[in-house]
Amino acid sequence: MQITAENLSCERGGRTVFSNQNFSLGSGEFLQLTGPNGSGKSSLLRLLACLSEPSLGKITLANGAPELTLGQQAHYIAHSDASKSALSVNENLIFWRDFLGGGDLTRALDSVNLSPLADYPVALLSAGQKRRLALARLALVSRAIWLLDEPSVGLDEASQKLLVALMSEHFKAGGLIIAATHVPLGVKPHKNLHLGGQA
Amino acid sequence: MKLLGALLRRDLILAARQGGGVGTALGFFLTVLVLLPIGIGPDQITLQRLAPGILWITLLLSVLLSADRIFQQDFEDGSLEVMAMAPASLELVALTKAFAHWLSTSLPLSIAAPFLGVLLNLRTEIIWPLTLSMIQGSLALSLLASIGASLTLNLRRGGLLISILVLPLYVPVLVFGMSATTGNPEVIMPSLLILSAIALASLVLAPIAAAAALRAYLK
Amino acid sequence: MQQFANPTRFLSLANGALPYIWAVTLILFAIGLYGALVTAPPDYQQGETVRIMFVHVPAAWLAMLVYTVMALASAVAIIFRHPLADVAAKTAAPIGAVFCFLALATGSLWGKPMWGAWWVWDARLTSMFVLFLLYVGYIAIWQAIEETGRAAMIARIVAIVGFINIPIIKFSVDWWNSLHQPASVFRMGGPTIAISMLWPLLVMGLAYTFLFLALHLISIRSEITTRKLRNLQIARSENR
Repeated sequence: MQITAENLSCERGGRTVFSNQNFSLGSGEFLQLTGPNGSGKSSLLRLLACLSEPSLGKITLANGAPELTLGQQAHYIAHSDASKSALSVNENLIFWRDFLGGGDLTRALDSVNLSPLADYPVALLSAGQKRRLALARLALVSRAIWLLDEPSVGLDEASQKLLVALMSEHFKAGGLIIAATHVPLGVKPHKNLHLGGQA
Repeated sequence: MKLLGALLRRDLILAARQGGGVGTALGFFLTVLVLLPIGIGPDQITLQRLAPGILWITLLLSVLLSADRIFQQDFEDGSLEVMAMAPASLELVALTKAFAHWLSTSLPLSIAAPFLGVLLNLRTEIIWPLTLSMIQGSLALSLLASIGASLTLNLRRGGLLISILVLPLYVPVLVFGMSATTGNPEVIMPSLLILSAIALASLVLAPIAAAAALRAYLK
Repeated sequence: MQQFANPTRFLSLANGALPYIWAVTLILFAIGLYGALVTAPPDYQQGETVRIMFVHVPAAWLAMLVYTVMALASAVAIIFRHPLADVAAKTAAPIGAVFCFLALATGSLWGKPMWGAWWVWDARLTSMFVLFLLYVGYIAIWQAIEETGRAAMIARIVAIVGFINIPIIKFSVDWWNSLHQPASVFRMGGPTIAISMLWPLLVMGLAYTFLFLALHLISIRSEITTRKLRNLQIARSENR
């Protein structure tokens, strides 16, 4: 599997966020996006998730599932946790499992160390625990491409180790990760893309 | 299909557990029903004549005011983004969510409303036509409301804007809903059939429009 | 999205055509008003008040025509992604709303001598009222959403959904009216109208159409200029 971006430009509200970006990423590789606030890291991830369209240039996916878009083969973990506070941890994950196409609930709960809280309503979880619940989606449903926007925000040291473990396992399975981050995630990136003017 | 079933189940559970579901809508309904006779006067004959219209308009407003629930929360907490990346089309997601709104709010209201008509001295022989027309009409109401909800997603003062956008679209439902309650048997049947046609047309049109609007907001 | 496919060419075309369009508009109004106020006979029932028709009916026609223009422009914007189409739809709306308001106001003025009331829930007037609400909703959307690209997309949907609903609303209002007022109080137009009244009406309709064309071109021009100005400001603030 190979993602290639050529000549990518992004515009928001009439303002050019970034222009002329090129990169390519193969199976088992990790691309780290860096750059100051407003340099377009999140915008680039949203382009890759097929939530928005580039103003110029194109993104191609080789050796993927041809009938699905790139977005449909990707996990996108953004700043919001996409969980419902009126549902329990288990209910949230069961919904996403059924909605996104199946997976192993117990393994997902274990991978982010939420098994003891499985029957808790999400309303009672702390911010870090909610973040882990969002990350559990990665382990729950198998998708080859992970698009992570500041995945380590709000995580304590132990939880960051869990994230590193999740990512390493994903590389071993031949997955791709593109992550925007301000702090090193603890996994050495294969490639680095710096957005926003002078590096 | 399994995926949409999961979505439907989730939305129904959420509607039952969180406030703003049918309980609140019913409370709103009752409040309006109390205020109107105070405004109009307690004359039984006047109220009896106005009852179907009052019930219909209160139904329109209750459905409309609960419509922001259809997409708003899922947009704010990021669920909608994940749904847009699922192997189902966003049109089907929008349809399922509007359908969940109908099942959880509009349908119970339209079953309860004719019986609440007792408070307005509603003529007993039009309880059935009113119930039937409301059940069909409310499906169209929920679907049209889902268009409005998607158009005003994430807007300040969205509540006022959704009223301007959606209430004109409610005119046909109101007209044929009312004409089913005239008591004239020659008019009842065609009115009910036209209401079904409106509901079916909304079933096709609303998800397309709502999904297009959602995509614009997700950009 | 913000760059216009060919704004310069459009502007020069518009600037060249505008004087001629204004001239035609004035001539048509002169002929139409002469026919309406001088040559057309007073109605045997309505007397001189029938002359309000020559202002009222073309305004109602234009209110419908302009919404059609808006919906078509919105469809063009979706299918061909031509950004000028969004501008055309956006700028048509306030003009259409004014025509619609004019139709409502003159209808109300006409109603006073006809029915003895400033407002009567006649089927045509009611449909026109709902059309006015559709215009208000469309304009409100442009004002509520700040980001131009998103506002354009949402406005397209509003225009097209409204357009699909207009015939249904019209049909339902006619149904509603026939249910409540079996004998129609008031008929106008139709094939029975006398030729001496028909031709001024048609000329007035044409005059209104050319007036719309002129106003539309002017507001498209100013919208393009506004957007250019804003883009320049953004570019300047970025370069600073």
